[in-house]
Formats: sequence, structure tokens, C-alpha cells
Amino acid sequence: MATLRQIAFYGKGGIGKSTTSQNTLAALAEMGQKILIVGCDPKADSTRLILHAKAQDTVLSLAAEAGSVEDLEIEDVMKIGYRNIRCVESGGPEPGVGCAGRGVITSINFLEENGAYDGVDYVSYDVLGDVVCGGFAMPIRENKAQEIYIVMSGEMMAMYAANNISKGILKYANSGGVRLGGLVCNERQTDKELELAEALAGKLGTKLIHFVPRDNVVQHAELRRMTVLEYAPESKQAEEYRQLATKIHANAGNGTIPTPITMDELEDLLMDFGIMKKEDESLIGKAATAA
Amino acid sequence: MSQSAEKVLDHFHLFREPEYKEMFANKKKNFEFSVPAEELKKQVEYAKTVEYKEKNFAREALTVNPAKACQPLGAVFAANGFEGTLPFVHGSQGCVAYYRSHFSRHFKEPTSCVSSSMTEDAAVFGGLNNMIDGLANSYSLYKPKMIAVSTTCMAEVIGDDLNAFIKTSREKGSIPMEFDVPFAHTPAFVGSHITGYDNALKGVLNYFWDGKAGTVEPLKRKPNSSINFIGGFDGYVVGNNREVKRIFNEFGVKYTMLCDPSDAWDTPTDGEFRMYDGGTTLEDTANAINAKGTIMMQTISAEKTAEYIESKGQEVVRLHHPMGVKGTDEFLMAISKLTGKPIPESLTKERGRLVDAVADSSAHIHGKKFALYGDPDLMLGLTAFLLELGAEPTTVLSTNGDDAWAAKVQALFDASPFGKNCKVYPKKDLWHMRSLLFTDPVDFLIGNTYGKYLDRDTGTPLIRIGFPIFDRHHKHRYPVWGYQGALNVLVAILDKIFDQMDADTNGIATTDYSFDIIR
Repeated sequence: MATLRQIAFYGKGGIGKSTTSQNTLAALAEMGQKILIVGCDPKADSTRLILHAKAQDTVLSLAAEAGSVEDLEIEDVMKIGYRNIRCVESGGPEPGVGCAGRGVITSINFLEENGAYDGVDYVSYDVLGDVVCGGFAMPIRENKAQEIYIVMSGEMMAMYAANNISKGILKYANSGGVRLGGLVCNERQTDKELELAEALAGKLGTKLIHFVPRDNVVQHAELRRMTVLEYAPESKQAEEYRQLATKIHANAGNGTIPTPITMDELEDLLMDFGIMKKEDESLIGKAATAA
Repeated sequence: MSQSAEKVLDHFHLFREPEYKEMFANKKKNFEFSVPAEELKKQVEYAKTVEYKEKNFAREALTVNPAKACQPLGAVFAANGFEGTLPFVHGSQGCVAYYRSHFSRHFKEPTSCVSSSMTEDAAVFGGLNNMIDGLANSYSLYKPKMIAVSTTCMAEVIGDDLNAFIKTSREKGSIPMEFDVPFAHTPAFVGSHITGYDNALKGVLNYFWDGKAGTVEPLKRKPNSSINFIGGFDGYVVGNNREVKRIFNEFGVKYTMLCDPSDAWDTPTDGEFRMYDGGTTLEDTANAINAKGTIMMQTISAEKTAEYIESKGQEVVRLHHPMGVKGTDEFLMAISKLTGKPIPESLTKERGRLVDAVADSSAHIHGKKFALYGDPDLMLGLTAFLLELGAEPTTVLSTNGDDAWAAKVQALFDASPFGKNCKVYPKKDLWHMRSLLFTDPVDFLIGNTYGKYLDRDTGTPLIRIGFPIFDRHHKHRYPVWGYQGALNVLVAILDKIFDQMDADTNGIATTDYSFDIIR
């Protein structure tokens, strides 16, 4: 067995992070890799497409039932899905209460201590939204994920989030070994999306590792709680994910320390591509009908 | 006023003065809204019943008076056992005040320990700046040789990353690049003080043996003839470690005591303040990787450390607070087996003396029933010793002992004719113990200072063995390990038995026909 590779997917909420990661990991599994997915999202939907069901038995829900994490066995929380991909969801509190970040820390410690990482080639963390607190940065601490892949699109806020996540990585990159593996653009069909994504990647000191085109087959597969790789293995989209998987597989050790930019620089970037007009102050705060 | 400068009353007597008595009576009448005395008495009686015990044991969500403390307390204990080491707890000040006072009340010695003093802004923005400033201040003010970092709940909930923070602090110049700062995450809401001891000790060994947090090359083990000794979280560490050193010296073996706070918690009064004293040197700590093997005195207190040492290729002897004749035999045989040296004649003689003492007092201790509670390893050692004495440890309880521990205690019961009617209670608290003392009465209770309330409530005389002991002085100076230690434990038990015997036989012209000079 080669050395364990640990990667993580970050990105703005709703960007298609879980969909992209599961499809890519399914493609990696197709390539013969043994994979463990660690869902770090209280919604616990990071493994839904692999398991064909939303995982009910999250680490934290079972721990709450049993009284403490120490009372859990690894078999209770680890489910086996498509192509023997091991799936674990950390779970977390109901919206509005408790501390989901601590839940991520507790879950990852539990998995490490109980040998969940033994015998796998890849561990992939799927982390919700921004790096909002120390808990959600757990996967990028030293000896955890070596490369972070940021899922984004040509939308302003997705790019803003990608930049923020880069700041989080930078914090840990200097003292630890974590690197930015690259951006994955999940097409939203915004203006000049590919060019923008490439330009942002350049500014962040990384590269656009893959541009995943929009295809309805993803929705069809999702409705069936499947990855495209399983639902339509012959489709063009499945091929896209295979390409992304191959690129990630070949990207070991090629990560970089990100160079996040300021909000002004980000806006300049949008102006450079003609998406925002230069010095058009009159636009700010105006509704579409008024402009 | 009953208090005057000429005759100052202490608080034992002051509140017995008439005006205070009146004040308390008024407070009770006007503000306490208590239930009638009759009803109170009824409830007190009900709490002694089997029915109440069953309800008590059906308790799921609530813990009342747990017999354990939190992880960082154990981490501070471990840090205190190394040469010139300042325990540094990343978190809030109040927590650290607790560790310091807890140890100081037990050992009657100051306990040096600092906090990174996290407040609300640190909880929001993360504690990095507290770490940077805290390490800089600690290093320049207290001039330690090493700072050992652990964490409180607050830092753990917000997910502060010690490794990254300490690296950043080095880069910002808080401490020199090569200054030693081992660390361990010790979330107080997980496990107990023994978990924290384990994590912190493993943190220190891991730091020295595996490349000082990535700053130097990991050490390569070159086995030698020395052995390591790890005592575990031990309230008798001052007496025990000195006794164990004496034993090693009798053997004439080369040893390293990993974590030795026996001098730090017993500094002499000779006009010089010692912020640090004694402890395992940093050089010995690093070299301990080369030892032939490690003797773990309290394995449940250091299970992860044991596994880590084993992973380096060392033999680890797992003991559970060996006590008494058989326990000490096992300990000495382990030393002999590891080092190839015979058990010295002098110790064999001590063994004979202990057996003699046990035989002398056997008539009084045989068949006596005991309830005991405390840390899991101590309970195993004490249970074995009591069974050896022919006593019946009918109730053995631990808050931080789990089912695996309970199975070990049960195995001790099963191996002795005196264990037939004995029961073990894992993961239970002192309120459970209270019920048990009523429904399954025993002759004596063995536990720490907190047992004095159980003694008062249930009328079961308390023998103070455990941690913490706040209300009796200097117990920590007397070993409980080795044949000498067993003698100390035997005497502590016997003293209480005879005190009780005297109390039961001193009624003038009623029971004092047995109020004898000779016992």
C-alpha cells in the first residue's frame, strides 16, 4: 500500500461541493483506490450519493445516544457504499444550538484513534461552507489533509469564499504541511466563467485543476441518490469526473501555499473581465430596473 | 458582640454564640421555606431504602459527586514531573486556579502552573495571541527549562491547534526556536484526570522521541540495559517515588523515572524558594527511548503512553497499582525479569517482616467488610491487598473505571474465597455509593477526603486512602508501594479498626468491659 493520502474539499455552501467530491471519489474508486470519506457537515449529506441514503448513524448522534464517544465502536459509524467506499458522517447539533466545530474535532479524533484510516489509500474530508471556526479547520491541521481542493464557480460570492478559505489554509500552511491543491470550477454558466476561474487561480498562486461543465445528468443521478459514475458510467459527465480524479491523483505533492487577495483585488479582477464596470459608482446600490 | 480583640473566636466557636444561633434560626424560619422536620426525616429515611437505591441506579443523565477530576489536572501533574518544567494550560484562568489549589491542598506545597488567560475575545478570535504572549511571558518571567502545554475546555471547543500555535509563537520570537515545548490536547469534558495524565505524558515522550514537533530528526532507538518506570497519576507520589528509587538502588539497576514530581511537591524550608525542584531531566527523557523496557505502575492511567512506548520496540510491563505481598512480589519479579538481576536479600527480608505484621493483625482484619472507591488502578491494587488480608471488599466503585476495569476487579474476586460476596460498580458516583452504604452496609469505607460526608451520612468510618486528601496532613509522604508501603496501608486500616473498637467499647459501666489496653 502506498502512503495514505489525505485530501479535503472546501467551498461555499450550495456550490456543489458534496456532489463534486462524491463523483470524483467514485471515479478514484473506479481506478482501484481504497477510499474513506469523512463528512464534516452537520447536515450529514456528504456521503448520500455513495450510500444511496442519507447516513442516519452519525458519530455524534450515536455518541449522544450511547452517552459518550468512548462508548462507540468504529463498526457502528462506518458504512460501506458504492465500490466499497467507506463512509463516515460526523454529524452535529440541530441548527441554532451547540457547537458543530467541536463535533468535527471529536469525530476525527475518534476515527483516528479507532483505526478507521487503516488500509485505505485516500481519506477525503468534505467540509461545510467557509472555514468558520477552529473546528472546521481540523482537517487542515498538520498530519491531516495534505491538499485542499476548493470547489467554486464564476459567481462573485463563490470566489469570495474561495479566497477566504485560502486565508484559512495560509494560516496553517506556514506552520504545517497543508497546501492548496487547486480550484475546481463547478460551472454555473456565468459570464466568462472559465477565464475568471483561471485568473482567480493565478492570483491565489494555484491552478484551476478542472472545469466541470454543467450537465443535467448530475441532477438525474442525484434524484436517484447516485453518483453519475454509477448512474450513467458511459456519459460525458462521468468522463469529466474521471479526468478530475486522474488529475487529483497525479497532483500529490504539487500543492502550493496560497496567496489570498484583498476584497479590492477581487473586485478589480471582476472589472478586468468586464463583469463589473470600472469606477461605475452609480451602479452600487441600484436595483436592476432603476439602472 | 461575642467577637473581641482580646479574645478572638475562631469559626469553630464563633457561630455557636447565641446571636448567631438566633440569626440562623430566623433565616431558616423566614427565608428557607424548608419542609417540616417530620417530612424531612421521612425523606432521609426513604433515601436509605432498597427502593430508593433502585431509582438511584436507574439514573441516566445526572452525575452526583463524581469521584474524578478533569483532564488538565492530570496534565499538570505529568508536566510537574519534569526538570525545570512549567505547566502551561492554554485556556481560562479559573481552571488553572483550580489545578493549583487542588494540588496545593493535597501536597501542602505551592504548585507552579500558568494559564494563557483566555477571555471572551479569545473565544471569538481564537487563542493564538494568548499563546504568543503567554509563552513569551512565561519564558522570560519564570525561566523554565521546558514549558509543557495542555488545554482547557474553552480552547478545545473553539478548536485551537496547539502544534500550529506553538510553531507560530516560535516564529514570532516568544521563545527561542530550539526551546522545548511539548504539548497535548486535554479536553476536560472527555475522560478524567488520568486521561489527561496519559495524554500529557505521551505528549512529552512523543515530543522528545519523534523529532520535537518536526524541528529535528526523530530519535533512533539503540537499546541499552536501563529500564523506565512510570508511576501514573498518584497522590502518594512523594513517598512512593522515593520508595521505588530505594528499591531500584537495592537492586542496583539503572533506571529512569519518567515523570517524577516527588521533589517538586516536597521542597524543603531552608530559606530558598524553589519554583522547580528535581524531576526527570530532559536528557534522561530523550534517552529513555533506548531503555530495555518500561514498568507501568498504573496502566489504566497511562494506556496510550504504554502503547506508544511499545510501538518503539520496548517491552512494557503492565501493572495495576501493585500493593501488598503478592502485588509487590509481582513488581519486584518484573524488575528482576527485565534486568536479569536477582531480587536482593534485603527486600526479601522486608517481605518477611510484612508477612509477619499481617499475621500479627490478621485476627482483627479477617472477615471485615470494606467499601472502596477511587481511580481504577488504585482500586485494583487495594482490592487485591484486602483479599490477601482476608478482608472482604464487598463494594468496589469507580467513576472513571469502565467495564473492562470491572472485569479485572471481578477476576480478583473470583480468584479468592473472600471475593464471593463482593460486587464491582464501574462508572458510578458517590451518590450511588451512598445508597450502597445504606442497603449493603460494610464495616469501613476507603476513599479520599470527599468520603467524609459519606462517613457522616451513613455512619461508616472512613479510612483515607486515595486522592485528594485535603483534611489530613502529610499522607502523601508515606509510600503505599513496596513492602514498606503495604505496611503503611495495613497500619492505616488497623488504626481505624482499633479507633472504632475503642469507640464501641468505651461506655462507662455499659460496654467498657472490653475497653482494653491490649488489642
